[in-house]
Amino acid sequence: METTEIQVDVIIPTQTKYLDLIGSIGERIARELDNYSGDREALAYHLNLVLTEATTNAIKHSSHKDMKDTVRITLRILEDELNIKVYDHGQGFDLESVPMPDFDNPKEDGMGIYFIRTLMDSVTYSKKDETNVLEIKKYLK
Amino acid sequence: MNIIQQQLNGFSVLYIKEERIDAHNSNDLKQYIVERIEAGEINLVVQLQEVKFVDSSGLGALLAGYKHAAAKSGKLALSNMQRQVLSMFELTRLNRVFEIYTDLDDAFTNES
Repeated sequence: METTEIQVDVIIPTQTKYLDLIGSIGERIARELDNYSGDREALAYHLNLVLTEATTNAIKHSSHKDMKDTVRITLRILEDELNIKVYDHGQGFDLESVPMPDFDNPKEDGMGIYFIRTLMDSVTYSKKDETNVLEIKKYLK
Repeated sequence: MNIIQQQLNGFSVLYIKEERIDAHNSNDLKQYIVERIEAGEINLVVQLQEVKFVDSSGLGALLAGYKHAAAKSGKLALSNMQRQVLSMFELTRLNRVFEIYTDLDDAFTNES
């Protein structure tokens, strides 16, 4: 059975001013990982980035009509995996249909999901009841 | 978004006085750059010494500025980039789009 060593659970209003807070949590956690043998500073930046992108995405897709809407972010550090889940209550989107960026004709948007896919090991998006979940995994080698 | 602007060697230099460019402030950055260009400052160097973090929207804002300057026959270059920030440009191949200089002297020498 997997043992959860650390779990962080944060709920924020759907406002971009909280991105710094969420990203900073990821950055701090990366520095605390005992089992990670890779470049810790790079991982710190990548977790900051991935959490920032995923939370921005959730805020964008949230139901703007509801001022009390929130985004929930959970981070779990397991023995061999870092698990991130970002929950929103918006209309959702089709992760599979998000294209790769066109590197020869770069556009101003559409790079967020690319970052998450490139820097992490697994990304899925699912809907259960009225809640969407973006689940991101980074294996800790 | 805290930005200090200075005219140097015929360039409009924008010193970004923020540690973070993300979806919270990237639109301000984009608007600021576009306003400078519309005011006739078509050759710009964005000095990123203090920026420790940039996300996709931050890259997008700089790219928008680059395209806007190019459309007016000007140029937007970048300087003093921290290593991790530079790695975001490499990951998106935007280092092939922008001229990226070590410091302002390097930018002025090569752009003049």
